[in-house]
Amino acid sequence: MSQFKAADFYQIDDLFTEEERMVRDTVRDWVTDNFLPVVEEHNRAGTFPMELVPALGELGVFGANLEGYGCAGMSSTANGLICQELERGDSGLRSFVSVQGSLCMFPIHSYGTEEQKQKWLPGMAAGKLIGCFGLTEADFGSNPSGMLTRIEDKGDHYLLNGSKYWITNGCIADLAIVSAKLDGVVRMIVVEKGTPGFSTNTIKNKFSLRASVTSELVFEDCKVPKENLLPGIEGLKGPLSCLNSARFGIAFGAVGAAMAVYDEALRYSQNRIMFDKPIGRFQLVQNKLVWMVNEITKGQLLAWRMGQLKDSDRLHHTHVSLAKRNNCWMALECCRLARDVLGANGITDEYQTMRHMCNLESVITYEGTHDIHGLIVGREITGLDAIM
Amino acid sequence: MNIIVCIKRVPATDSKIKVGADGRSIDPAGVDFVLNPYDEFAVEQALKTKEQLGAGQVTVVSLGSADAQKELRSCLAMGADAAVLLDDGGKPRDAHATASAVAAWLRTVPHDVVFCGKQAVDHDDSQFAGRLAALLGVPSVTEVVALELSDGTFRAERDIEGAREVVRCGTPCVISTQKGLNEPRSATLKGIMAAKKKPLETVAADVPAPGVEVVSLELPPERKEGRILGSVDELIAALRTEAKVL
Ligand SMILES: Cc1cc2nc3c(=O)[nH]c(=O)nc-3n(C[C@H](O)[C@H](O)[C@H](O)COP(=O)(O)OP(=O)(O)OC[C@H]3O[C@@H](n4cnc5c(N)ncnc54)[C@H](O)[C@@H]3O)c2cc1C
Repeated sequence: MSQFKAADFYQIDDLFTEEERMVRDTVRDWVTDNFLPVVEEHNRAGTFPMELVPALGELGVFGANLEGYGCAGMSSTANGLICQELERGDSGLRSFVSVQGSLCMFPIHSYGTEEQKQKWLPGMAAGKLIGCFGLTEADFGSNPSGMLTRIEDKGDHYLLNGSKYWITNGCIADLAIVSAKLDGVVRMIVVEKGTPGFSTNTIKNKFSLRASVTSELVFEDCKVPKENLLPGIEGLKGPLSCLNSARFGIAFGAVGAAMAVYDEALRYSQNRIMFDKPIGRFQLVQNKLVWMVNEITKGQLLAWRMGQLKDSDRLHHTHVSLAKRNNCWMALECCRLARDVLGANGITDEYQTMRHMCNLESVITYEGTHDIHGLIVGREITGLDAIM
Repeated sequence: MNIIVCIKRVPATDSKIKVGADGRSIDPAGVDFVLNPYDEFAVEQALKTKEQLGAGQVTVVSLGSADAQKELRSCLAMGADAAVLLDDGGKPRDAHATASAVAAWLRTVPHDVVFCGKQAVDHDDSQFAGRLAALLGVPSVTEVVALELSDGTFRAERDIEGAREVVRCGTPCVISTQKGLNEPRSATLKGIMAAKKKPLETVAADVPAPGVEVVSLELPPERKEGRILGSVDELIAALRTEAKVL
């Protein structure tokens, strides 16, 4: 396959700093050289390429926007571009990195004690310790406040009971950041692998995010040391702040997936001959390609602006909701159009489009579904809550 | 050891090149510029040499315009300690002018070894290493595919027609690097952050008038569209009457 050409119809490149572009290009090359050659094999087998984790740590993508503790300390925009490039490879790769950085390292960094940070962050930044984030339960997805998992104070330790479902990296994680209620208030607690009473099960037979591990976490009278509770936050706003950080990355990431399938469809349309002409010569095919580049351009601008707002501390969580909602939707639509342009060839894994399409069915659902984000923006503009 | 690496910003080899309005240079619009691929081996070798010695300073230098700061910074992100942009003020240059300008600067700084790529993939002159060494009055070894340093002496291997040549060379010297010498490392995100704090100095270059001038630049003629023929007979007829090769 010839070199990926990133869509940039509006010279949006100029809006990023030289450093941000250098970060993006570094990760882009890494994905091309190291990840793309193995992705289809892992996607078929339903496994994550764990063998690449040390190299990802060395590259510095875990918690790249955090300061200290072995993290790269980059701008949020740079971190977004990292997500874009990872998801250009596969949403599973970006998910792995988002869970590690935004959902696990971020809360330890923001709400943990100095001892907790020293204990876990350097290993996580290096990729030596893998994290997972347990918020969702089988019966509480869009409504996490109803969660049943609970923490009991037993004097010299906590007792954890309950279960979490749909947890990315659950079975391969060294530590889980679990949200559970202590005296009716949501708290975040770190549960290390091997803690008695903590077990995991793999969720099998997925059509989507196959190159990513999804699991159930089960806690049965699980004894957790008291020093594992993150003291700096109480209430649902703890896990929600993590999700907000991860969604920022998703909004960039979805653009990467869209750029990948657009590039594939564009090339194909120039080379596939039908009726003695390249199919790109037909108006209907052009219209599909134009729709894609049009929406990708808008998605790129949304993501860029979101980065600007975050780096100048003016980002509201509803801004993120709008960008996550739009960009996942447009990326999924791009996949469907690209698959169409690819004809029958598009249904095999010789081409990446259908893998991205299946992946994005998860991405448009997790971290707040498309409609829930719509309702969050709706509440913001009308002042009327339609979620509950 | 003071290690110098000479690098150049060049169009990426997969870029679609257009000739500029002057008919003598390429139009930079829409072209991706990169660090000359052969220079990546030079940077890597410089970093390895420093790592082997456990001491030393790697300085990358590029003669050109401010645009080359991007490539210099990517070398800093790979691990070089300092960078110097020799600003050519937009003056026209040939291989001699380029080597002279770099040699003039090198005379002002300590240097034990100078690494550079065996050629720049834009003009493909392959003259730089030899001219630079001559101007400095030091030995040069070109197109090196293996290199070892012990007791201040380099042992270099070169692929020559049908054989592998092994040479020895003391310092100071100029060494040009060939593919196969090493596996250039890529920058890491921490390297990119660290690069921000490393010195990148701009020095006005002393560029003599060139003796060779580019008169025109033409793209190779576009390949004509292929044609599918119906039978072997038709093919033979076409080869005979149109292509006139039979
Ligand atoms: C591959 C994958 C990985 C995941 N990884 C993690 C993880 O690491 N950690 C974690 O905690 N969770 C994870 N999740 C869970 C994910 O966040 C939830 O699936 C998501 O929040 C949606 O919850 P649900 O699946 O229960 O859907 P539901 O909440 O049951 O929603 C079903 C449908 O109903 C709609 N709906 C629900 N409520 C409303 C309403 N009030 N108004 C209108 N429409 C409504 C939704 O929009 C959706 O269309 C993952 C999920 C997947 C698929």
